[in-house]
Amino acid sequence: MSKELLKGNYAVIKGALLAGCVAYFGYPITPASEIAEAAAYYFPPAGRTFVQAESEIASINMVYGAAGAGVRCMTASSGPGISLKQEGVSYIAGAELPCVIVDIMRGGPGLGNIAPEQGDYHQVVKGGGHGNYKCVVYAPNSAQEMCDLTYKAFDTADKYRNPVYVLADGFIGQMMEQVDFSHLKPIEPKKLEWGVHGTPDSKNLINSIYLDPDVLEAHNRKLQEKYKKIEENEAIFENYKVDDADLILIGYGITSRILRSVVDEARNSGLKVGLFRPKTLWPLAKDEINRLVGSAKKFLVVEMSNGQLVDDIRLIVEGKIPVEFYGRMGGNVPTVDEVLEITKKLS
Amino acid sequence: MYEPILEKPKSFFDIYKEKSGDQTITHYCPGCGHGIVHKYVASALDELNLTDKAIFVSPVGCSVFGYYYFNTGNYQAAHGRAPAVATGTKRVNPDSIVISYQGDGDLAAIGTAEIIHAANRGELMTVIFINNAIYGMTGGQMAPTTLVGQKTTTSPRGRNPYNEGYPVKMCELISQLNAPIYVERVALNNAANRAKAKRAIKKALKLQAERKGFTFVEVLSQCPTGWKVDPPDSLKWIEEKMIPYYPVKVFKDISNEAEPYPEPKKIVSGNELLEILGIKSEEEKDLKKYEIPKEYRNPKIKIAGFGGQGVLLLGVALAQVGMMEGYNVTWIPSYGPEMRGGTANCSVNISDGLIGSPVVEKPTILVAMNKPSMEKFEKDMVPGGILFYNTAMIDEEPKRDDITKVPVPATKIASDLGNIRVGNMVMLGAIIEKTKLLPFETVKKGFEYFISRKNLIPLNEKAVEAGMRYVRENNL
Repeated sequence: MSKELLKGNYAVIKGALLAGCVAYFGYPITPASEIAEAAAYYFPPAGRTFVQAESEIASINMVYGAAGAGVRCMTASSGPGISLKQEGVSYIAGAELPCVIVDIMRGGPGLGNIAPEQGDYHQVVKGGGHGNYKCVVYAPNSAQEMCDLTYKAFDTADKYRNPVYVLADGFIGQMMEQVDFSHLKPIEPKKLEWGVHGTPDSKNLINSIYLDPDVLEAHNRKLQEKYKKIEENEAIFENYKVDDADLILIGYGITSRILRSVVDEARNSGLKVGLFRPKTLWPLAKDEINRLVGSAKKFLVVEMSNGQLVDDIRLIVEGKIPVEFYGRMGGNVPTVDEVLEITKKLS
Repeated sequence: MYEPILEKPKSFFDIYKEKSGDQTITHYCPGCGHGIVHKYVASALDELNLTDKAIFVSPVGCSVFGYYYFNTGNYQAAHGRAPAVATGTKRVNPDSIVISYQGDGDLAAIGTAEIIHAANRGELMTVIFINNAIYGMTGGQMAPTTLVGQKTTTSPRGRNPYNEGYPVKMCELISQLNAPIYVERVALNNAANRAKAKRAIKKALKLQAERKGFTFVEVLSQCPTGWKVDPPDSLKWIEEKMIPYYPVKVFKDISNEAEPYPEPKKIVSGNELLEILGIKSEEEKDLKKYEIPKEYRNPKIKIAGFGGQGVLLLGVALAQVGMMEGYNVTWIPSYGPEMRGGTANCSVNISDGLIGSPVVEKPTILVAMNKPSMEKFEKDMVPGGILFYNTAMIDEEPKRDDITKVPVPATKIASDLGNIRVGNMVMLGAIIEKTKLLPFETVKKGFEYFISRKNLIPLNEKAVEAGMRYVRENNL
């Protein structure tokens, strides 16, 4: 069978190996642990590296070391672990190294709980670590996309020499669905030429220190140029019944699945409701959002957080139409019924 | 016994192009020990012919600019993280020679976890640890290795063990671990000790090249600027203050007995990788999609019970078989501590179309394996839904009269089969017999995917059959 019933967390690792990832460094944390478990199971027989690090900090720095060799490598965690990794992510972005980081979000702040939440949006999309950097952020909403977007994340990371996140919530990580691998060709691992390989022709420098303010500013300007290019080229999204919609629901990850059901039920009641789902959270598909601003009367952003994505949507919309928000927190997943009720009120 | 060296080691750059200002001299202060140790590292690389394989990792501290000097692969690393960075690069460059060159604040304070665990994993790397009892780069603050009574800018009245604890002895710590093969402390205070230091560094690098194991050399090194003494007095300070507390000696050397590490496995890709991943490259011919009876189409299934009753597995089984019949499926558990001994439940969707929310809020099919589950979920069922309940564990009748009720003593039937754990499969049999949701033939094909212990497949099959029979014989 080319289709397999798989947890999203397992699909990540299969996607990563097909993409030519040669090293996984991680630390266990619920609800992301199956990613490390799958990596521990599949990486060594494929001649690839799996190291369970002593900490999240060590694991992201191991990624820095492997990424500096110009090979595809990754780590994964959940919110509390991502908080710890932020130092390393800043160094990776500063040194312009490609890598993939998977965040399976859980309830916060602090220890919070292990139920699904989307409260890591700010720390992942806005940077989280120190300095003027950005990471590309993919937001899968199915086990299939956990595989496909992880696979794609490695290409994007290499293309721009930049860290790329796959940001999902506990449900997307823990949910099992059919995953089809037939469209993904195994990519032959290689070492990119700018990396440090321990050979005479790879005496390169992996670095993010620039003492001279002018030199560091130039480095920063170069990074911003790169981010501009990413904004122009890498935003992806999915629309569902938006063409005649008066009210457009906006959500990512598991929330977008719930919103899709809300759209269907609302349409059954004769309401013109649609769904816009960003598949990249940075960059957001600004042009598409602006196009929808032209056709819709109102947006409703639904998140499992205190309202984080909604900030960015409002920045893009610039008050041209009302942008309403509905959020659940603490690991509570909004039900179709409760969002439907709000949808009816707003329609 | 040594030939005088009249030229710079080749492992150094001739001109320090990355450095600002004068590119022929180092950035180190006059009298600093770093230059000497750099030279020992560079000479050892030259003598062992390892320069071209070498990767030098320079973390935060005075030696953060190690890359100015070493004509090797170079990494600048975050404070304390050099052993982790070194691990990352060594694991993907197994033929390289990796040097993690760290100061005392870096290695023995902020990076304590990284060094201990790199040592404990026995990473094939060489750590050079410069212990000068002070933070040099940031301007003379207290280090973890600052001596008791020693005045620094953050211990202005001298290090007080009641407030700051005692200086950390890293060789003593590292040598207690199993994996490291060679741990030595050396000093730069006189010619004899410097000769030993040079030998120790060369030996450590040689052992790494022989793939013998983790090697660690601590160097008691002078920081005249930080200590606020003249360079000649700084050598005396090492001898009089440091060496009595930090004995200069070999702490561990099992390099003779140590076997070289096995060669790393070759990277596997292409079809061989697909095989490891269990992905069949050929598309199997799709079976004709099984037709689910109209009244049960697109079921939203909730399965609940005690942890240990196999409710999650029953859900997986339904999803697996549904997928094999060409449907879109989702399975989502209630996860976390409740899976360990408490109640567990899962939601399963089997659908013709795309599945929106995978969470089943209003089940069309509810399977209640115990009483709390029935109490919790019966009220959520859609009118006309079908409830399967485990009468072996539930001594009450369901309350709703707008649903179909199928009582199955699943645990009892399983127990009669000799294993109460297959109660879930009895229920699976009852479900497929009653609803014709999925064909038994495909369930049988599905076992190999959802039953991990293959020797239990016959028992599970019997349990499914028993559930089917129960429904048939009792005209449920």
